[in-house]
Amino acid sequence: MTELLFPITIFVLAILVGFEVISKVPATLHTPLMSGANSIHGIVLVGGMLIAADATEIVGYTLAFIAMVFGATNVVGGYVVTDRMLLMFKKKPTAPKADAKA
Amino acid sequence: MTISDLVYFAQLAGAAAFVLGLHYMNSPATARNGNLLSAGGMILAVVATLVGLVTRPGGLSPASWTIIIVGFAIGAGAGLWMAKNVKMTAMPQLVSLFNAVGGGAAALVAIQDYLRIGTEGGASVSTSVFVVLGAAIGCVTFSGSLIASGKLQGVVSGKPIIFPGSRPLTVVLAVVAVLGTAVLILDAAGTFALGGGVAALVLGVIIASALVFGITMVLPIGGADMPVVISLLNSFTGTAAAMAGFVLNNPVLIISGALVGASGGILTKLMADAMNRSIMNIIVGGFGGGEGTVGSAGGGATQARGISADDVAIQLVYASNVIIVPGYGLAVAQAQHACRELAELLESKGVDVKYAIHPVAGRMPGHMNVLLAEANVPYPSLKEMDEINPEFDRCDVALVVGANDVTNPAARRPGNPVSGMPILNVDHAKSIVVIKRSMGRGYAGIDNELYGNPKTGMLFADAKDGLSQLVAAVKAL
Repeated sequence: MTELLFPITIFVLAILVGFEVISKVPATLHTPLMSGANSIHGIVLVGGMLIAADATEIVGYTLAFIAMVFGATNVVGGYVVTDRMLLMFKKKPTAPKADAKA
Repeated sequence: MTISDLVYFAQLAGAAAFVLGLHYMNSPATARNGNLLSAGGMILAVVATLVGLVTRPGGLSPASWTIIIVGFAIGAGAGLWMAKNVKMTAMPQLVSLFNAVGGGAAALVAIQDYLRIGTEGGASVSTSVFVVLGAAIGCVTFSGSLIASGKLQGVVSGKPIIFPGSRPLTVVLAVVAVLGTAVLILDAAGTFALGGGVAALVLGVIIASALVFGITMVLPIGGADMPVVISLLNSFTGTAAAMAGFVLNNPVLIISGALVGASGGILTKLMADAMNRSIMNIIVGGFGGGEGTVGSAGGGATQARGISADDVAIQLVYASNVIIVPGYGLAVAQAQHACRELAELLESKGVDVKYAIHPVAGRMPGHMNVLLAEANVPYPSLKEMDEINPEFDRCDVALVVGANDVTNPAARRPGNPVSGMPILNVDHAKSIVVIKRSMGRGYAGIDNELYGNPKTGMLFADAKDGLSQLVAAVKAL
């Protein structure tokens, strides 16, 4: 149990940070924010690398390989699609119509 | 300071970048940089992990190298291709798909570590707890997110699917998973001596139950609630990643997983609030098959009045205030550009044109804003629901393009599937024009009473065709 005290402490603190880091978000940003959080749990890719490193037989190799493919899809796809969503919001202020009205 | 210390600090910096990145994503002005910061943190954490593995005593075997490089290349390629090529309308189901594979990866990591420890003399009690939690939660998100994605894509019916016995089955699956967990924990504590093979079998049963549970959990939930479900499953995946972090004793996984678990939970609540739904209602409502929630709104048969594009054009040109209500139908027909063309044409004739954006217009909160921004619709014309609703009373023509349930006045009455959902007060406008392919029902599966309103004219056309006809008719005037 003792060796778990430190991991559990950071787990609890990270949960509190997670609660606080999302504040009043306009509904417009809900989807990109969800997609952004979705990319972050792709960190499980690191877990895939660690089990790939320690695998020694065929079952382990197979599971690690699938985990690597899944994790990499999550990470790369997640960040790219989030960026695509956010890029569209960037265009707004430069839209010619907006300038004409301003 | 050793290399492994440096690796640890780099991973910690990555986790810090995730926190700051999420924080920046709260505001439109800083959102994109927030995402890039987060991506930078990810690259740092992954590279640091690789450096740590290479420099550790023994390094990486050729087989491990191959798995890491090839697995990453395939996954990254697939993810990149999908993210680059997906149509913006199909984006919500892609996010759900990415969430599914993330959950699957977390489950696999937990499972493989358990099997490896099993060959080295068995897992401790605490490891067993985290393995089972990680595997079970990961499997639920994997199958659940795939179903959610399928529902949005139309591969699986968007309607609530309830088969006889689905509710007891869901309960039985949950009980089996909990019992299996108890067996594995007692085994690790030394109460039983199951041996590696039997323990692996029990884990297999837990995994199978969790996979089926994910399916039976999401199937009974209607397509309109999918955004909230996806967000909830996203939060689950974060938790599964944190559990995998406990199994591997890796702080960056624990921090990031807990961060996503908690922030995803808050975001789920925010989304549900925007739709005036409670999370419990959506999930438990899905379980409750016997309540007869699906059915007619009881408004009687809807008699709709057809209208021609030329008539609509005349109404629009002589109006002083026009509000366009875009919905999912506009998005699937890729009619954003035709919509903007019509709006610009009307504005050139002195008509004041605004867009009423329902919080869940499109398929997800904020989805419609993305689609209209893609078509260069000026930001100030997009009005959120609370801001635009009083203006319908002064509006001459409300033009509803491919929106359905979010305009249904039945929502103001109790006792039907859309009850209590915030709606746009389209029925307050002096005249209403609905562009729609047919009298078909929306996600909620009920008739829209708006179509039976005497003020409403129906222009039966695909959103893009209908808008193009209007553009031509307005030009001809």
